Amino acid sequence: MNRFVEFAVGLVFGLGLMLSGMTDPGKVIGFLDLIGPWDPSLAFVMGGAILVGVFAFALARRRTTAFLGDAMRLPGSTDIDRRLVIGGLAFGVGWGLAGFCPGPALVSAGAGHIEAIGFSLAMLVGMAVHDLSARPAAHPVVME
Amino acid sequence: MTIDWQHFTPWASLAGGLILGLASAAFILLNGRVLGISGILGGLFKPAKGDMGWRLAFVAGLLVAPTVWALFAAPVVPRIEAGWPLLILAGLLVGWGTRYGSGCTSGHGVCGLSRLSPRSLVATASFMGAGFATVAIVRHLLA
Repeated sequence: MNRFVEFAVGLVFGLGLMLSGMTDPGKVIGFLDLIGPWDPSLAFVMGGAILVGVFAFALARRRTTAFLGDAMRLPGSTDIDRRLVIGGLAFGVGWGLAGFCPGPALVSAGAGHIEAIGFSLAMLVGMAVHDLSARPAAHPVVME
Repeated sequence: MTIDWQHFTPWASLAGGLILGLASAAFILLNGRVLGISGILGGLFKPAKGDMGWRLAFVAGLLVAPTVWALFAAPVVPRIEAGWPLLILAGLLVGWGTRYGSGCTSGHGVCGLSRLSPRSLVATASFMGAGFATVAIVRHLLA
């Protein structure tokens, strides 16, 4: 049952990314290009997602178990440290260079676009470099 | 700054955003997990018993989305301007950066901001700021 939920959520999320315009690097870069001409569309993506998310996470915070029975796993870390900023900056530079962030890259790879497949493979290598070389953190790392 | 009215798609983008919010809501409320793509992918590198199936099921859903989409609508044609060296460099930066910074556009940008997490606000400001700066340099300073 849960495997089906995860598959379905991944599918719906992928469809949402496609409808929103996030899977088109040209549109993403049009949003990141403030000097312009600027395409503000992706602010509407963020706004729409957060509009729903605020209510969902407000409800989630008041529960200790999810509706299908698993533990509610909300991130515990509140650290604002150098890792957070440096990681974000590196990600942002890559995002601006190619116009792909992780989800849309995978969706476009699923569509068979060779550039997206190449980008996704490089992204997985970048992740592996981090995950297979990381020293144990002073605090346990909880992914957002 | 001028607005690019030709490419501006407020309704499709808002609708897409609402769907992303609904998927994130379903994930946290049904399964108790934050929908963060880089976190879901990163966990695949430290295989733990019982921790792989859900990640792979989710990724499979993402990968088949274009096939399902094509049943109902014209395929999305991505405009990819970056050449191969830039794509590979960008991929490495996105992969490493999202793991080092514990999240990406979905985990920090959607779920973290929805949780009103100051940590995710700082992360989101970092990657958006770097994205704005990078495009300004590549498109306007170097071009």
